[in-house]
Amino acid sequence: MSEIPGDLKFLKSHEWARVEDDGLVRVGISDHAQGQLGDLVYVELPEVGASVQAGNGAVVLESVKAASDIYSPVSGEVVEVNEALSDKPEIINEDAYGDGWIFTVRMSDRAELDELLDADAYAELIENEDH
Amino acid sequence: MTDKTVLNATHRALGARMVDFGGWDMPINYGSQIEEHHAVRRDAGMFDVSHMTVVDLHGARTRDFLRHLLANSVDKLKVHGKALYSCMLDEQGGVIDDLIVYFFDDSHYRVVVNAATRAKDLAWIEKQAAPFGVEVKERPDYAMIAVQGPNARGKVLDLLHAEDRPRIEKLGKFAAAAAQGPGGMPLFVARTGYTGEDGFEILVPEEKAVALWEALAAAGVRPAGLGARDTLRLEAGMNLYGQDMDETVSPWEANLGWTIVLDEGRDFIGRAALEKQKAEGVKRVMVGLVLDEKGVLRHGQKVLTANGEGEILSGSFAPTLEKAVAFARIPAGEPGDIRVDIRGREVPVRRVKYPFVRDGKPCEGI
Repeated sequence: MSEIPGDLKFLKSHEWARVEDDGLVRVGISDHAQGQLGDLVYVELPEVGASVQAGNGAVVLESVKAASDIYSPVSGEVVEVNEALSDKPEIINEDAYGDGWIFTVRMSDRAELDELLDADAYAELIENEDH
Repeated sequence: MTDKTVLNATHRALGARMVDFGGWDMPINYGSQIEEHHAVRRDAGMFDVSHMTVVDLHGARTRDFLRHLLANSVDKLKVHGKALYSCMLDEQGGVIDDLIVYFFDDSHYRVVVNAATRAKDLAWIEKQAAPFGVEVKERPDYAMIAVQGPNARGKVLDLLHAEDRPRIEKLGKFAAAAAQGPGGMPLFVARTGYTGEDGFEILVPEEKAVALWEALAAAGVRPAGLGARDTLRLEAGMNLYGQDMDETVSPWEANLGWTIVLDEGRDFIGRAALEKQKAEGVKRVMVGLVLDEKGVLRHGQKVLTANGEGEILSGSFAPTLEKAVAFARIPAGEPGDIRVDIRGREVPVRRVKYPFVRDGKPCEGI
């Protein structure tokens, strides 16, 4: 299990959000989540310009095992998607917190960030899930 | 209550992701299911299949009993160690389970049935065996390791006693024999499998299973989980009980007609129902599907045809093909353009003859 970066905020459903220097929010799934899903084979990315709602499905990840909805941690407009995932979804398996990011959002309500778990709280959540 | 095989601690020490499989705590993968899949297609992999149920049948009338119990004909088994795949049916022709039966002599056979159906199978076999005076003896003292892949046999042969090696090397497909493994451990080596690759399924006394596993690992055989086993058998066109057939399905509807022997004068359980269905025409058929665009076919998805709806049985991303394939049960007759409802989207698929993959390579037309 790789270390959970301290600057990330999490949904209980294992998506992470990172506020970048330019104010955009980068979104991905946790290393724990990629491990649970297993080898990813297909990513259905949102359209650039699409609007996403906090806690609503924005992406579909298909692993060998199952299809999973990925929820957006914050509301706003999709600014960029990680096109590299179209050909190599396994990047998420290899580097969930780095190159495996999925999309970035221009947030419409900064207060939503306060609703998210910090890294310690998320670590505790998955710790409890494992027992 | 979850059962554990004797290799449970070995799997955990290897970092396996464990899941509940029919009441057994089993490894789904040891990191990457796709890499394990490729290891079996290209080299050699091994699976702990000790959860499967091994049953020995003894008694003077065992042959007669199996002629009654099984839809395939044990009369095909004439040589010691020869194996046969068969369905075990109920009176309605529904599939109680699929199994492999090994022949030793007319009064001693061995069957290997699925883990998830163990209690049901044992109850049925015992009930049917009683009038024949056949003793039904479960063999929980055996663990079972499947070693599969183009290099699997070679790696196993290297571990056998030198005296046994030539004999096991010559073992034909679907045949089994006793041999001595590392340190003289007694093995029952069968040239069978569930991956579409050559290889062996090995019965080993439980207390020797960890040593055999470790010797195989040292020989370069890669541990593979039940996840890879599932994608390998799907590519190889092999049915999974509970997903592709069960009591509500006859072998005609599960593409298992090749295992039915309607030989003269043999009154096996379910025969009358099968003959009636055949005479009236089978209403559903099982077909192979390939999805050429992105997406994954999965169990339970709706299949749309010119003759009505069907459903996906086994479906998955196929690592060897790098696209999704599936078995589906659809209404009989010319289906026209087939589409599958994937999360509300109707996606065109191609009907193909399967297996999808054999001996490491995609089959023609896939």
